[in-house]
Amino acid sequence: MVAQQELQVQQKREADKTQEPTVPMRAFLPTTDIFETEDGLTVVLEMPGVNRDNVEVSVENGVLTVEGRINFQKYEGLQPLYGEYNIGPYRRSFRISGRVNQEGIKAEMRDGVITLVLPKAEEAKPRRIEVR
Amino acid sequence: MIMSYVDPLETLFAFQQALENRLSSDWLSGTTAGVGAYPPVNVFQQGDDLVAIIELPGVNKEDLNIQAKENTIRISGRKSFDYPEGVSLHRRERLSGAFDRTIVVPMQIDPDAIKAEYNDGLLALFIPRAEQDKPRTIEIR
Repeated sequence: MVAQQELQVQQKREADKTQEPTVPMRAFLPTTDIFETEDGLTVVLEMPGVNRDNVEVSVENGVLTVEGRINFQKYEGLQPLYGEYNIGPYRRSFRISGRVNQEGIKAEMRDGVITLVLPKAEEAKPRRIEVR
Repeated sequence: MIMSYVDPLETLFAFQQALENRLSSDWLSGTTAGVGAYPPVNVFQQGDDLVAIIELPGVNKEDLNIQAKENTIRISGRKSFDYPEGVSLHRRERLSGAFDRTIVVPMQIDPDAIKAEYNDGLLALFIPRAEQDKPRTIEIR
C-alpha cells in the first residue's frame, strides 16, 4: 500500500515580469504538469478562480502561453480579514521543442484546472524505422 | 474637469494590497492547524458575516468533506489525479494527497447555517455570525 501523503501548501510564485502591466499588480505562475505521449504534449495547469471563459491559450513561434483572468466580481463587497494566499491573474509560457499541430490543440477546464493537449505535427511524430 | 473612472485592474491591485497586509495576520491564531496547513484560506467580512475562500483546484466535490460545530470548521478530503500509462513526464509540480484542516473562527457563528459552494477550484464558505454575537445599537432614551 502506498503511504498516504499529506498535502503541502505550495507558495504561489509570481509570473516573470518581462511584460509588465501598466498597473503594478501581481500575476502568478500556475502550478504545472507536462507530459509527453507519442501523439503529443499534455500540459495541465492549476488556476483556481479562473473559469473557461477567462482563459487564453496561444502558440506562437514555438512558445505556448496560457493566461487566466480571475473573476474579480466575486470579491466585490468583501473586506479582507485574514489571508494566506494572494489572488491575481495567472500567466505562464513554455518553449516547445518539436512542431505542434496548432489547429489540433484541445483544451478542457474543470475545477480550476486546465488540460491542454497539443498534438504533434505529422512530420514531428516519431517514425518507426524498420531494420531489414 | 477631472475625469474619474474605475479601472478593474486598479481595483484588483488595491485588493491585492489589502490582502497582502492581512497575510498571516494573527486573526486565526488560536487554531489547531495554523498557517501553512493545506488548503490555504482567505477570510473576508461581508456585512456582519464571514466568507472564507479556500484554494482547492482539481478536487472532486465527492472527495470534499466539510463539518462545522460551534465555531470550528473542519475541511478534509483528498486530491488525486492520474497520469496515463507510458508517458514521459517533463515537469511535475502538482501535488496529490490527503488533507485535513480545522479552522477555529474567533467569533460566534451559526454552524447550521453555513453554506458551501465549490466553483472553478475555489471552495467558498458563507459563514453567518451568530445573532447573539452581532453588534447591537443601544438606544439612548
